[in-house]
Amino acid sequence: MDFLILNEGFRTLSALLVVPLLGALVLLTTSSASFARFWTLLITTITAALSLPLYWGFDATTAKYQFAEHLAWIPALNINYTLGIDGISLLLILLTTLLLPLCVLASWNYIKTRVREFMICLLIMEAAMLGVFMALDFVLFYMLWEAMLIPMYLLIAIWGGPRKVYASIKFFLYTLAGSVLLLVAIIALYLHNGTWFIPMMMGQEYSTLFQTVVFLAFFLAFAIKVPMFPFHTWLPAAHVEAPTAGSVILASVLLKMGTYGFLRFCLPITPAATLTFTPYILALSVAGILYGGFTALAQSDMKKLIAYSSVGHMGFVTLGIFVLNTQGVEGALLQMINHGVTTGALFLCVGMIYERTHSRELDSASGLGKFMPIYVTFLAFFSLSSLAFPGTNSFIGEFLILVGAFTKSKIVAGCAIPGAVLAAAYMLRMLQRMIWGSKPNPHPEILSDLSLREIVTLAPLLVFVFWIGLRPEPFLSVMHTSVAHLLAQVHQVTPQVMTVGTLLP
Amino acid sequence: MKLELFAPELFLLLGSLVLFLLTLGESRGNQSRAVAIAIGVINLGLCLVCLDQQGVLFFRAYRVDLFSQFFKLIIAVGFLVVLLIGRSLKGVRDAVRPEYYLFMLLSVLGLVMLVSSVELLSLLVALELSSFSLYLLVPMRDEATGERTQMEAAVKYILFGVVATAIMLFGMSYLFGLTGTTYLATLLPHLRGMADQPAVLVGIVMVMAGFFYKLGVFPLHFWVPDVYQGASNETTAFIATVPKLGAVALLIRFVTLVLPTDQTMPMLLTVLAVGSMFYGNLLALVQKDIKRMLGYSGIAHAGYLLLGLLTFKDAGYVLAIYYILGYLVMSLACFLVICKVSTQGENLKIEDLTGLHQRAPLLALTMAVGMFGLGGIPPFVGFMGKFMLLAQTLSHGYLTLVILAAINTAISIYYYLSVVRVAYCTDPEARPKVVMDGMTRLVSVVLMLLILAMGVAPSNILAMAANAILALQGTPLP
Repeated sequence: MDFLILNEGFRTLSALLVVPLLGALVLLTTSSASFARFWTLLITTITAALSLPLYWGFDATTAKYQFAEHLAWIPALNINYTLGIDGISLLLILLTTLLLPLCVLASWNYIKTRVREFMICLLIMEAAMLGVFMALDFVLFYMLWEAMLIPMYLLIAIWGGPRKVYASIKFFLYTLAGSVLLLVAIIALYLHNGTWFIPMMMGQEYSTLFQTVVFLAFFLAFAIKVPMFPFHTWLPAAHVEAPTAGSVILASVLLKMGTYGFLRFCLPITPAATLTFTPYILALSVAGILYGGFTALAQSDMKKLIAYSSVGHMGFVTLGIFVLNTQGVEGALLQMINHGVTTGALFLCVGMIYERTHSRELDSASGLGKFMPIYVTFLAFFSLSSLAFPGTNSFIGEFLILVGAFTKSKIVAGCAIPGAVLAAAYMLRMLQRMIWGSKPNPHPEILSDLSLREIVTLAPLLVFVFWIGLRPEPFLSVMHTSVAHLLAQVHQVTPQVMTVGTLLP
Repeated sequence: MKLELFAPELFLLLGSLVLFLLTLGESRGNQSRAVAIAIGVINLGLCLVCLDQQGVLFFRAYRVDLFSQFFKLIIAVGFLVVLLIGRSLKGVRDAVRPEYYLFMLLSVLGLVMLVSSVELLSLLVALELSSFSLYLLVPMRDEATGERTQMEAAVKYILFGVVATAIMLFGMSYLFGLTGTTYLATLLPHLRGMADQPAVLVGIVMVMAGFFYKLGVFPLHFWVPDVYQGASNETTAFIATVPKLGAVALLIRFVTLVLPTDQTMPMLLTVLAVGSMFYGNLLALVQKDIKRMLGYSGIAHAGYLLLGLLTFKDAGYVLAIYYILGYLVMSLACFLVICKVSTQGENLKIEDLTGLHQRAPLLALTMAVGMFGLGGIPPFVGFMGKFMLLAQTLSHGYLTLVILAAINTAISIYYYLSVVRVAYCTDPEARPKVVMDGMTRLVSVVLMLLILAMGVAPSNILAMAANAILALQGTPLP
């Protein structure tokens, strides 16, 4: 296995899976709500602490999979338990582990019923999400990818808003329907290669037809997860109805799985098909950027506004991935992290208002500046970050993506530019109404400013907004080698396959 | 004759005699239950002890090998769990309980003999012993709760059942006529010699129809929803699980008789599989009665199971065994909840599970695990089974079939999910709490752990099933 750098010492990656699961198991034995809160906070903090050494120990000079673990799991079917990370998954893992304690903090008072069950779902969710980013065996990946649906479904369906039933079932069905064909594609790849080991499937000689079909199956699953226009309709529903922590996880981590899937599977496994379909995907991305922006502009529900802005932002990410050059892909990868930080923070902000006013309407949250100065400061910075204001994290990401896009095609980049303007428009509109407001706030008496817990929840994210915005090098440096390797795999398409590919419409 | 070869069967026979004596006296419901559970436990122990026995009995009509003993063990487990989850037997009057247990035991005896029979007539006798006892269990349901649907169900069950048997007998006559023997071991070489004759195919398909009926495969599924709904909850738990084991065992036996020279037989099984999946899943979508829904879901699962048979490869048979085992555990988990939540043995609508997470958290979790498992969501056994079946089938080139099966998974998740939704996302609205005893808790936890463990670590079960299949084709025994 020359793709792996096996981890001889402490099995960090397995620990990241096991610790949350053990934590959930312990929670089964208790019934105290406050113990559940503190315990989950402790467990998620331990997991976050465990994941930090991954960054320090990471070797940025190799594209191999590091900290790898390899155990036989189901020998009869050649299925292994293989974990490993590279520059593409490292930051996503850190994002997940660092975000989860904040989710627990955000749910501290928000979740009042069935706290223990909520925390169990959160912990199982964490393990499954981390597993998806670490798995290098396709069966392991698929199992975790699907298993994630159960806790996420429960998070929305039990603790969600008024239309939770509709939203949760729509979420579940959409995602599942997308991924059943993924399973068939995975099996087909296995039958072709005789292994479930993901790196071994990359760079193989597949016929054009095979690549096309596999790519389409992949694309359906991942595009629904991203979600790309026109597969996005589950997202606003799920976001609006989910509890704050659920929205944060959904926006910050779950959506990234779609784009992670593109990077990990579509590009290296089916490069010829990727090149064939690139124009269409770029078109869909631009459509998503513009559609998301225009729709967000018309929303009066804060969560819906941010949900549609996500559609636009993820459009930028897919745009960056499929321009298939270094700036584009690195920008997309960075933008995935940025979107996780910024949109997660914005959902936390909306959740804090909702806890006070029990409404997500912009009108009921107007004119907050007078009553909640600390809150609006946070909100302003996160909103500026969301519209890619220079100096904040998203600026770097979007800038790189647009540079990549201009290198690829001026038309595509030119079409995407209005998306950035739209983002400014809807974010400033939201800010203007929430901070100053066209009319006075209906319930000034319930608007207390942020508590220490809430400040602690938001502050780390603000640090990252400026850290990435002002000095992105530590984040970009870990991905250079992996991205270069990935792009080399894509462009290594043999001429013969290439010609057939270009003959297709 | 070594006694150990026939020990489980002899013991079950003795047990049924004891129960028969109990039926003669005053109604002794509790006593007969205790006896039945004791028989179930000892039978399980005997099956474990006799797992490694090998030999032939009764003029080579009865073969004891790992294949049969493995199935006997599973049947014993299923029987015991059904007894345990139906301990209160709410849907059956106290006066007829001894008879109820007697016939259930006889049915198990029939199944146990069925999996060992390697001669057409003894096979038929065993099957009929099992079936007729089963037919009798259905109308034993209490009038008040059954609203007489149990009579309709029983009549349907027996009429369709007898027709299926007749078809099977007709098929057997073909096989006998073609080969002049009723022994499976000597049938095989004869049939291989004339594989090009359509009569062989017709004969085998007709024989298999009898087992398709038991399994509820489209188009022999008519009885399933009505019988599931009409029979008492405990009876349905039995009908839905244990007899299907016998049917799968015998289907595997007969499928190994066929050496497909052309595409007729795989094509036929493909059509049946696709028909079952779509029919079961689409009709389950609109059901309100939870047992009826599980009935349709069972038809769909029978369709998935056929995927294991239609490749005519050992690997497929192993997966079929694995799949039916998983189905057994998951169905039992669901029926455990149904039996407990039903207060007087009445049928449950899906909405009767409202607020179950407050009324009985453990049962709600069991139901959720069972439903997600049946729906094929990892990490549960339902996923592993489906995944391996799909992989195996695709490796033989059945791409369309695999895609259709995958689509069916997506269809089916809706109705499984709606049960979970009702159990978890609603308030009880003054519905009573569900009282649970220690045994129920234990059984439900064990079932959940099994569903999880079989899904995450299937290696051991697969290895056992593979050995059983090897034994099936082993050399003639002394």
